[in-house]
Amino acid sequence: MKFKKILPQFLTLLFIVIIFGFFTMNAQENMDTRGIEFGFGFLKQEASFDIQFSLIDYDGSRSYARAYLVGLLNTLLVSFIGIVLCTLLGVVVGVARLSPNYLIRKTASFYIEFFRNIPLLLQIFFWYFAALRALPMPEDAPLLLGSSFMTIKGLYTPAAIWNNFDVFFIALIIALIIIYFFNKFAKKKQEEEGKQYPKFLISLAIFIIIPALTFIIGGVDLSWSFPELKKLAKTSFTYEGGLGIPPELIALTLALTLYTATFIAENVRAGIQGVGKGQKEAAASIGLTPSQVLKLVIMPQALRIIIPPTTNQYLNLTKNSSLAAAIAYPDLVLVFAGTAMMQTGRAIEIVAITMATYLTISLFISAFMNWYNKRIAIQEK
Amino acid sequence: MFKYVKQLTSLVAMVAVLFTFTTETMAAKKSKTLKNTQKKGFVRCGVSQGLPGFSNADASGNWTGVDVDVCRAVAAAVLGDANKVKFTPLSAKERFTALTSGEIDILSRNTTWTLSRDADIGLTFVGVNFYDGQGFMVRKDSGITSTSQFKNGISACTNIGTTTELNMRDFFNSKGISYTPVAFEKADEVVAAYDAGRCDTYTTDKSGLAAQRTKMSNPDDHIVLPETISKEPLGPVVRQGDSVWEDIVRWSLNTMIEAEEYGITSANADSMKTSENPQIKRLVGAEGEMGAAFGLDNEWNLRIIKQVGNYGESYKRNIADTGILPDRGPNQLWTKGGILYVPPSR
Repeated sequence: MKFKKILPQFLTLLFIVIIFGFFTMNAQENMDTRGIEFGFGFLKQEASFDIQFSLIDYDGSRSYARAYLVGLLNTLLVSFIGIVLCTLLGVVVGVARLSPNYLIRKTASFYIEFFRNIPLLLQIFFWYFAALRALPMPEDAPLLLGSSFMTIKGLYTPAAIWNNFDVFFIALIIALIIIYFFNKFAKKKQEEEGKQYPKFLISLAIFIIIPALTFIIGGVDLSWSFPELKKLAKTSFTYEGGLGIPPELIALTLALTLYTATFIAENVRAGIQGVGKGQKEAAASIGLTPSQVLKLVIMPQALRIIIPPTTNQYLNLTKNSSLAAAIAYPDLVLVFAGTAMMQTGRAIEIVAITMATYLTISLFISAFMNWYNKRIAIQEK
Repeated sequence: MFKYVKQLTSLVAMVAVLFTFTTETMAAKKSKTLKNTQKKGFVRCGVSQGLPGFSNADASGNWTGVDVDVCRAVAAAVLGDANKVKFTPLSAKERFTALTSGEIDILSRNTTWTLSRDADIGLTFVGVNFYDGQGFMVRKDSGITSTSQFKNGISACTNIGTTTELNMRDFFNSKGISYTPVAFEKADEVVAAYDAGRCDTYTTDKSGLAAQRTKMSNPDDHIVLPETISKEPLGPVVRQGDSVWEDIVRWSLNTMIEAEEYGITSANADSMKTSENPQIKRLVGAEGEMGAAFGLDNEWNLRIIKQVGNYGESYKRNIADTGILPDRGPNQLWTKGGILYVPPSR
């Protein structure tokens, strides 16, 4: 009886459709009685508000759609930096947690217990307001690394001014493609003939030489613009020129990194401890050096344990970045689900778009991590 | 197979019945809000998260302020007791959603009346209880005494989701000054960040600046610049679609203002019943049927004046005596050089 099998599933589906239908109709009804219209036409309207920090060209005369893009890119920026940094820190702390050195081991576990047990929002406030209180005013800021200033209004560093950046960028991609094929070739040679190339050095050389050539023959030119102190009023200063990184971004990145790294460190520790002791001893007994043991035997196996829970942490970090609204970092939630929602009053549309956006970002991260996980999984033969 | 089809049809029919039922009950009744309020026994009022003088809770949770008094006046009118109000603190971002979704019935939260808000998002503004304008605060030692001294590169702290963000842009653009907006979700964070030195100036409604200045670590270090860059008529808001409720809130506010005009105060309201002036008598429920149209008794306005006081009393108690804005400026009666002018209760 195929029909009998399908019926319950069909009914369940119908039930879900009805529930959705009910909520949609209910919302429609309520919006009608209150004279609210539903539609996405507002995205084309002029936003008429400015945003503190944007990766793309933006000002208030652009559309709400453009403001959305600014918020989205800011969210992606802080998530990307956060993920990279928390992975690095997490791996270091996770390994340190297993160090034979008492002091290193205890410091690592103290750090983990401390940071993962304090609510993230509090940490964000702490880093932001602690930083604001501690950082010097622009006029008192000491010179960092010869050309940068860390001030209460942000980090000011020299900005690169490129000529023909696209040529340079294409050269960079070509270099990466050549490196990829070279490594494939080198691996094949090693497997077939046992011939070993200094893979890393050659790759590095390709990576440097090809883009460098564009400066000579491609018309690429790079100059720097340095931040300069500017007087706004008797006691009020700022920096002009150069690249200004707002303190909100720095505080948010710091808080997200320190918080999420604790979880990743625990994943790394669990992963390493999950590899049998015999593996390490067997590897050592065939004469591999400790770093080879870690690189060739322990890590490939540990990664299989580390990757899936770490994916969760990447997703958490991305979603947690929405706490940015509390400290004025113009992310998707602050710009779009905040100001834009207030100015247009389109709560339902904007919340729907925002939710769909976070869902899409999360699914992309998941898909990428699943792909990576599959790649490193045991290949059954 | 037919058996299942039959079951299915009845299920669909049931669901259809359910739908028609809900839609019919939704379209019914004229002042649902008034009925619900009387049934619940309290007025649901949305206020700010703490703005001294307008809506601010003390340590024991008692709300005071001119915005709070509007809700108290409505409670006195429809429930007979000015204390029967449930206050919901809302951020600038949450306020309209809370009102349109029916979580609150009056939004009295220093909200600027603008065309797009009134027309677009299912809201109706009922009047103005405070005429305000946007201004700038700077540190005194900066030597800035006028917005004309602002220079390119200035950073300005403010709140998101307010007209402030838009006015700020209009202002700086018209002056051709490039600026960095630093917009926070909550006022407390704006104050903390500006106080720490993150921004060169703090911009919001002038009444807000005056009120927030009292929260700074050293209030005397800051000054509010004289220029006003926008019109900000602040007033209570209700949901669209319940005109009776809208009228009740509008005339509760009007009653407070008109009572001041005729010299009726919380202290002398009862004795005014025997006044010679018919206009005064109407305001204290001694003449005419002023409550009938709202479905209220005749002494609804008398209760407002007795329990909450007239507008002048409310202003003095909340804004003048607290040192926020001792000078009433435009918020003075039209008869005394201000612009408070309300239609007559008759």
